[in-house]
Amino acid sequence: MPSDAAPVPWTENSAHRRHQESLIAVLWHSRQLIGYLALRDIRLRYRQAALGVVWVLVQPIATVVVFTFVFQRLAGVDSEGLPYPLFALTGMLAWTYFSNATSRASEVLVGNPNLVTKVYFPRLAAPAAGLLSPVVDLAVSSVLLAILAAYYGVWPGWNLLAAPLWLLWLLATTLGVGLWLSAINVRYRDVRHALTPILQLWLFASPVAYSASALSGWEDLIYSLNPVAGIIEFGRWSLLGAPWPGSSLLVSACTSVFILVTGLAYFRRAERSFADVI
Amino acid sequence: MDRIELDGVGKRYLVGDQKSAREAITDGALRLIGRRRSDASSEFWSLRDVGFTVGDGEALGIIGRNGAGKSTILKIITRITSPTTGTSRTRGRVAALLEVGTGFHPELTGRENIFLNGAILGMSRRDILSRFDDIVEFSGVQRFLDTPVKRYSSGMGLRLGFSVAAHLEPDVLVVDEILAVGDAEFQRKCLGRMEEAEKEGRTVVFVSHDLDSLTRICTRGLWLEAGRVRETGTPKELVREYLTSSLVSEHTGAALISAGPVAVHSTRVMAKGRPVESALLREDTLTIEVDFELTEHVPDFDIAIYLTSNRAVRVIDETLRDSGGPRFTPGCYRARMDVPPILNVGEYSVGLWCGPASGGRAFIDEPAVASFTLNGSDRARPSRAVVLDLPIQVETL
Repeated sequence: MPSDAAPVPWTENSAHRRHQESLIAVLWHSRQLIGYLALRDIRLRYRQAALGVVWVLVQPIATVVVFTFVFQRLAGVDSEGLPYPLFALTGMLAWTYFSNATSRASEVLVGNPNLVTKVYFPRLAAPAAGLLSPVVDLAVSSVLLAILAAYYGVWPGWNLLAAPLWLLWLLATTLGVGLWLSAINVRYRDVRHALTPILQLWLFASPVAYSASALSGWEDLIYSLNPVAGIIEFGRWSLLGAPWPGSSLLVSACTSVFILVTGLAYFRRAERSFADVI
Repeated sequence: MDRIELDGVGKRYLVGDQKSAREAITDGALRLIGRRRSDASSEFWSLRDVGFTVGDGEALGIIGRNGAGKSTILKIITRITSPTTGTSRTRGRVAALLEVGTGFHPELTGRENIFLNGAILGMSRRDILSRFDDIVEFSGVQRFLDTPVKRYSSGMGLRLGFSVAAHLEPDVLVVDEILAVGDAEFQRKCLGRMEEAEKEGRTVVFVSHDLDSLTRICTRGLWLEAGRVRETGTPKELVREYLTSSLVSEHTGAALISAGPVAVHSTRVMAKGRPVESALLREDTLTIEVDFELTEHVPDFDIAIYLTSNRAVRVIDETLRDSGGPRFTPGCYRARMDVPPILNVGEYSVGLWCGPASGGRAFIDEPAVASFTLNGSDRARPSRAVVLDLPIQVETL
């Protein structure tokens, strides 16, 4: 029943932008919706797939096998004193998440146009949900990483305590990129075509298969502008006890914050016309 | 308490093809160096300076022709899109029923879809759990709850979708033309649920071409014409006026209505065997003609002609498929229907529906493309719509 108690505040839909809820507040208020959207994604991915979750492991394992052959056996790259497969898998973990989640987030609005044109919900929930379902893959792959680490006898130290921070950094960066891509994609479907080559280049611009520790000075600074570079190096330090990557992390972190803040601002501006242009 | 308040609301759309990324970049660059201005001629105002308020327990029915801005108003009230000018405010929980089963995924089971759709419509997990049994019962799909929705009949899918929405218990319920889909049973349930909502003191905003239901449910009417409020009033009076105002009966040149692949060029109502201009009498056989053009190939194109009396009763509703029409290729056509002299005197509107026979959204559903008055004696029975003079036989038992 409609409540007759204290007057309910007006919700406004105005030509002028007024105060908006913060990112955290929006995510919190729509947490159940985000959960159900992510759950739908996860269910759909493994429904009628006999091997189910095994498929999650295929991509990182296959890539690591190839990388081990090409980069270690043939090119003999340095792996910061770690067993190469372990080194590459850690990078692959973050990278697989990043690339899967950004592709998913970029498609989530244009893939469900009726969600945008027929019903109102906080639009931020859609890319956020796109981010959530690949977390399952990340968790499964982490188990694989733990097994591999045990096999090589690499034990994490107190660095492991920083792992949640690593995860948060990864999620925040992916959200930033995802917000940009999902909002641009609504207007310009070019995103769909551009994303595959961009991610391919991005993979090799990130220290997944090789170590960037040889870089220094200006080169290092420019290289570190890639936020994924910082995330991967921080992850190796935290999860495997690789050497501390140093101040270049700060550069990567700044880029991450920049992408998230601008992505959020752009999304917020663009979401007002999503229903008109999708 | 007021629940909805619109103040000077306008909505502008840019018409024409969407710009590609390349064009956007070159345009932006040109504008930056002052070589190009934005093009005002490609604008289209779907709404202009619309203002009204709706309070608790009120049901507002919005009527107007195709493209009058009805759907845009609903989208602004429900915050799906934002206005270009002015402000729309709502108080309390707003539920939009612009489509049944938004977010339904065919691969998911009925149960999974209930939770997903509920969450999309703004229900919390607890809300859904506490109403789950009611939702399932109302939908009547108990046995198929754990079957993927792709194996449902379309009617079952609709019922399940509507059932979730019907249990939202919002303060403001916004409904757009959902009655156009689904069978009679479904429509009856929908209408019943809306009447219930209104009796419970909720606010309802309702858009429908089914003027009869609209008059029954709504307490107030709003008539939109070309994006502006033309008139407000009691639904009965408004509908009557709306129906009799209709578009010019004889019209040449630009299309009367153009929507999707169909353009309606003219409509005519005449007494069979007499000049077009002459008055229509009770005992005339009427000929209704609709000239239309199909610009694309629509494999299962279907057209329906219906008559609505000024009391908003749909007296006649015939579709071409029922009589086995031709296969339509692009071109110009004239549809003609003869109505035998069965109607009582009074004012009538000619309605036109065009769409795919297999169901789905109609291209055109316009209850008043033409109107006419039947003159003559009603033989003291003004309330009857149809006069057949069927003989009644009486036997002694």
